[in-house]
Amino acid sequence: MKYESQKVAYAYFAFAMGLFAIQVIGGLLAGLIYVFPNFLADLLPFNIVRMLHTNALIVWLITGFFGAAYFLIPEEAEREIHSPTLAYAQLAILILGTLGVVLTYTFNLFEGNWLLGKEGREFLEQPKWVKAGIVVAALIFLYNVSMTVLKGKKTAITNILLLGLWGLALLFLFAFYNPGNLSLDKQYWWYVVHLWVEGVWELIMASILAYLMLKLTGVDREVVEKWLYVIVAAALFSGILGTGHHYYWIGTPAYWQWIGSIFSSLEVIPFFAMMAFAFVMVWKGRRDHPNKAALLWSLGCATLAFFGAGVWGFLHTLHGVNYYTHGTQITAAHGHLAFYGAYVCLNLAIFSYAMPILKNRDPYNQVLNMGSFWLMSSGMVFMTFVLTFGGTVQTHMQRVVGDYFMDVQDQIAIFYWMRLGSGVVVVLGALLFIYSLWVPRKEVIESGAAETPAE
Amino acid sequence: MSGSSLIDELPGELLMWVLIISELLVFGAGLIAFMGVRLTDPTGFAEAQSHLHRTGAALNTAVLVTSGYLAAMALHWRQTERGKAARFSLIGAALLGVVFLIIKGIEYADKAAQGISFETHPFFLFYYLLTGFHAAHVLAGVGVLLLVAWHDHPRNIEAGAQFWHMVDLVWIMLFPVIYLLG
Repeated sequence: MKYESQKVAYAYFAFAMGLFAIQVIGGLLAGLIYVFPNFLADLLPFNIVRMLHTNALIVWLITGFFGAAYFLIPEEAEREIHSPTLAYAQLAILILGTLGVVLTYTFNLFEGNWLLGKEGREFLEQPKWVKAGIVVAALIFLYNVSMTVLKGKKTAITNILLLGLWGLALLFLFAFYNPGNLSLDKQYWWYVVHLWVEGVWELIMASILAYLMLKLTGVDREVVEKWLYVIVAAALFSGILGTGHHYYWIGTPAYWQWIGSIFSSLEVIPFFAMMAFAFVMVWKGRRDHPNKAALLWSLGCATLAFFGAGVWGFLHTLHGVNYYTHGTQITAAHGHLAFYGAYVCLNLAIFSYAMPILKNRDPYNQVLNMGSFWLMSSGMVFMTFVLTFGGTVQTHMQRVVGDYFMDVQDQIAIFYWMRLGSGVVVVLGALLFIYSLWVPRKEVIESGAAETPAE
Repeated sequence: MSGSSLIDELPGELLMWVLIISELLVFGAGLIAFMGVRLTDPTGFAEAQSHLHRTGAALNTAVLVTSGYLAAMALHWRQTERGKAARFSLIGAALLGVVFLIIKGIEYADKAAQGISFETHPFFLFYYLLTGFHAAHVLAGVGVLLLVAWHDHPRNIEAGAQFWHMVDLVWIMLFPVIYLLG
């Protein structure tokens, strides 16, 4: 660790990994409810489990991004973080808010209260005081990292990362607007979530990947930066108007069908470019970095993001196709592999890279970590295939033949069982990953590779 | 021998080429979709097309190509140390862009007066989307041309002219397909 204040990232990563565990266990619970519909129905209804599963995901990913920013910005800017105290205060606010959300969801506290209770929304559902807390935390964060970068060295990686993080925080403000009209509600919801995952988060992803490639492969910064700019341009060009692919059937004008289809088809390009970037850097790289697990996660991230976000996204993004597949298990298949590939793997890559450095020791336990990659990734890919096949059958029966929703659900029960099985594998992989980063102190097998010092 | 050497040989800004290719993909996909939907209703499309102003569009083609010529000459003049001529020709190119927008505006106003909107017929959905997107690019291009007339480094002029030629090229693809194709 070059800079003492990078240590802040440690606390962020710890919180993120804790929520990650809760998130996948929530997923397992939801998978169980699919096959035993009355499981926990009174205690923890499915809609609450689902909110926990999706919101915990978003929160831990963002916490990971914050941690990653605190870890890499000092190295890039070549100076300590402006205020580590503020960084810890920010984390405390985020933890308090997360606890508040979980308790409010689970026990439906303060029902109907304007400030403290739920808002009765399907998405962007946090009590108002938590939303305000998120904004305060985001402001602290932006102030802290922007000051660090402004006073230090400015690189393409920090510029793009800051652009992404500023976008992330500003777009969240749409969460405060809660119109009574459901179409409008959805329209603004996508301003948050679509412009996050298919817009500014891609900037965060590209810049963190670029940082990892720089460190792990030793390719020249100039080459990395050229790729970075091209990827970012392609992501924003396609992603912003690509929002149209959420406006096909919510009551928005028909021209969105063509705008959404055309622009979102092009969203495959930045994901393909990121995959090409990662592999070309590894091939060109001269450095044999000892942290093979971080490299594996980085390559896995770029590859699975291309398939999950790119290919599986394109699969149902044309409005002629989406007319039939909308809201079926095809969507669930895409959602799982896209989030896993693009943002889960990205976070796990930076955790794998940073944790040994933060603990001030060699990257041990590579075998367990890499084992967890294959376990988690194969589980997730299997789940994606299962949901895709299940979704295809569902699309045909429900949307083409016109059978009733619940009759179709009975027919595709076998797929839900297989999804539950693959979910168990993912949870085991996730727990193994967390164990491998925190517990072992010895290498399982000796590495014979020649080491060149990291940059 | 690496792939980047080919990229290094590209004239002008790499990112401008990325933008140009992206734009061509979008307009190309839009035109292909237009042709595809047209197959489902050739008579309806022909009827809708008869409401367009071919003369105005042909005039606009001449306006835009002339403007492109001025932008190209601007770079040439700037490189041969005739900076003032370069600036005037960039401003001229931008003014012709404004002329294009005025003629286009008259055309849109006439459509609106006839009560023709996005929803009148699929033909007009594509007509408004494609020519509207293009007009937005013309507007942006006028700004770009004025900007590079102001900051007139040859590299800036080259990037501005690159963008402007893309806007030109897109119109030359749109004009025959939307206005002329019988």
